[in-house]
Amino acid sequence: MWVTLQITFLTLGLGLVLALPISFGQVYGNKWIKALIAVYEKILRSIPELVILFLIFYGFPKIGIRFSPFAAVIIGLGFRSSAYQSQIFRGAINSVSSAQMRAARSLGMTNLRGFINIVLPQAIRIALPPWTNEFTIVLKDSSLAYALGVTELLRQGGYIIATKYEPMLIYLTVAVMYFIVTIAINKTLGSVEKRLAIPGFDVKETVR
Amino acid sequence: MSKERVVLRVENLKKAFGDKEVLKGVSFDMKEGETKVIIGPSGTGKSTLLSCINMLVTPDSGQIWLEEEEVTSAKNINKIRQEIGFVFQDFGLFNHLTALKNVMVGLTKVKKIEKDFAKEIAMKELTRVGLEREANMYPAQLSGGQKQRVGIARALAMSPKIILFDEPTSALDPELIGEVLSVMKNLAESGMTMLVVTHEMGFARTVSDEIIFMEHGHIVEQSSPEEMFKNPKNPRTKEFLFKLSELYGSE
Amino acid sequence: MNEVDRIWKIVVNYWPKFLEGLGVTLEMTLIAVVIGFIIGVILAIARVYGNKLFHGVATAIIEIIRGTPLLVQLFILYYGLPPLGMNLSPFAAAIIGFAINSGCYQAEYLRGSIQSISGNQMKAARSLGMTKWQAILQIIMPQAFRRVIPAWTNEFIYLLKYTSLAYIVGAPELMAQAKFIASRNFQFFEVYLVVAVIYLVVVLFFTKIFSILEKKVEIPGLEWVR
Repeated sequence: MWVTLQITFLTLGLGLVLALPISFGQVYGNKWIKALIAVYEKILRSIPELVILFLIFYGFPKIGIRFSPFAAVIIGLGFRSSAYQSQIFRGAINSVSSAQMRAARSLGMTNLRGFINIVLPQAIRIALPPWTNEFTIVLKDSSLAYALGVTELLRQGGYIIATKYEPMLIYLTVAVMYFIVTIAINKTLGSVEKRLAIPGFDVKETVR
Repeated sequence: MSKERVVLRVENLKKAFGDKEVLKGVSFDMKEGETKVIIGPSGTGKSTLLSCINMLVTPDSGQIWLEEEEVTSAKNINKIRQEIGFVFQDFGLFNHLTALKNVMVGLTKVKKIEKDFAKEIAMKELTRVGLEREANMYPAQLSGGQKQRVGIARALAMSPKIILFDEPTSALDPELIGEVLSVMKNLAESGMTMLVVTHEMGFARTVSDEIIFMEHGHIVEQSSPEEMFKNPKNPRTKEFLFKLSELYGSE
Repeated sequence: MNEVDRIWKIVVNYWPKFLEGLGVTLEMTLIAVVIGFIIGVILAIARVYGNKLFHGVATAIIEIIRGTPLLVQLFILYYGLPPLGMNLSPFAAAIIGFAINSGCYQAEYLRGSIQSISGNQMKAARSLGMTKWQAILQIIMPQAFRRVIPAWTNEFIYLLKYTSLAYIVGAPELMAQAKFIASRNFQFFEVYLVVAVIYLVVVLFFTKIFSILEKKVEIPGLEWVR
């Protein structure tokens, strides 16, 4: 379980770190940056996660860098997550009407100030529901690390089955554990959402 | 065409939403061919009253009769709804169907009338409201006034015994109100029994046989248009009409 | 140039196998998405229009399936059932797993779509004398289906990608073929690169087809809510 959580958080973290500049590029960048990002995203979103993992795990040795399965998973899933997260952020930033920025500038704020004080607070609240969704997706995708041999939750389940042959029971237990964590995440982020909620401001949710 | 036959009878209708009493015992009746208009301040239960008549809202107590049948305790409400036409404030047209299909759908799916015959009836009604050329257009392509006329055609196609109008022109731009009201006027003159909730005083005055003034869930006064406008008996009625004439100028 | 040569050689030598794998992948995607659609419709209607019991059961199923990894679900079907007497082939287990999983996600998309259709449509339908079911089938669902197309396209693409998991339980789809080829010539990276490109092309292809489909089925005049 611990490994699974590690994978989840590290992946999300990497995705987040990558996604922030990417989403800025998408919203404020020039033509070339936008085109480049669009290609990056399209590719990462069209290829199965498993393929990404394999490519990284088997591909990088060719350039001389050998990754442990664990690292390969983080990198692979992290990049994939960055593509999705940047979409979320971009959507959120764009949802905050440009009129807000105009109003901020008319008060004398610079672009940066306007962004940090006006756009960002609103964008965060808009981005939270889909980001929560992405969180649970990454949690579930961590099970793919199994294919690279990482000893995360699913594989541990397999080991237990090797000693006590009750696959149904054990895998169901594994499923339940994922489920509990998912619910915990949803509840936690859900209450964060509530605490940050701007009265009267309706936020739309996207699924999957 | 007996002018004395009672088509609709409402007796002591009561309805509360939570602890808010919206209808506090409303009674009236309507004879065949009559057109009655309900006026009154917003939120006084006028729409709720209409929605109760075709049981889209279930009243808490009281009874409603459509001719000989009791609506409130009817076993097959769907059958009764076929005989009560309902025109909505926001038109209620089915977005995925053309105007023609909108008018036909009640005939083909509910009354199980054969398609070609239904089409005939539908075209007749669309022509009646002046929309024969728009038959194959979709609701989103029509203006508000046109949409509402389709709504009226749809209600008419079912050959109802009475048509209920729930603020039919409230959602329309001012220029479009006229076309709908004139359709309604023609309808009234042709003998249809109509119960209309509206703020259009001109219509109330010239077309209705009787005006019902409702406030706070009660019928405060009901009388003929002449009586009501010239000689309102209840001080509340006086007040309401006065406020309206201030707003609209004397019509 | 060495690298490109190698990649080219792989494509030339093994394209029948790739095609075979792709065929199975597409087959699984199609079957699963269709069965998933049926499941989705049932669950969505149960959730929106069902009484407390149906609503509760449907919601529970949806939440559980969406809250657990697909891979775990596949394992439960493929490894967990045999001791209980039911032996599923990898292909069958995969399809069932995908169908149920997809069904639950589709149910949620459909639910959103149904609920986005104004309640007034239902009122208007009932005021004509339609029964609840007539209104649902004739008025609400036709509109809901059209509105759900963008989300459904997404779901199709997701499913296409996730069929790669079937390889782990042994189904002979594209990834499995890749593993097979790679284990013979040891050129793991190049093989998976080819596979990646294949997926990319297929995804782009379907995305384009569905957006054309979407335009054809549009209700004239209505703006799409995405």
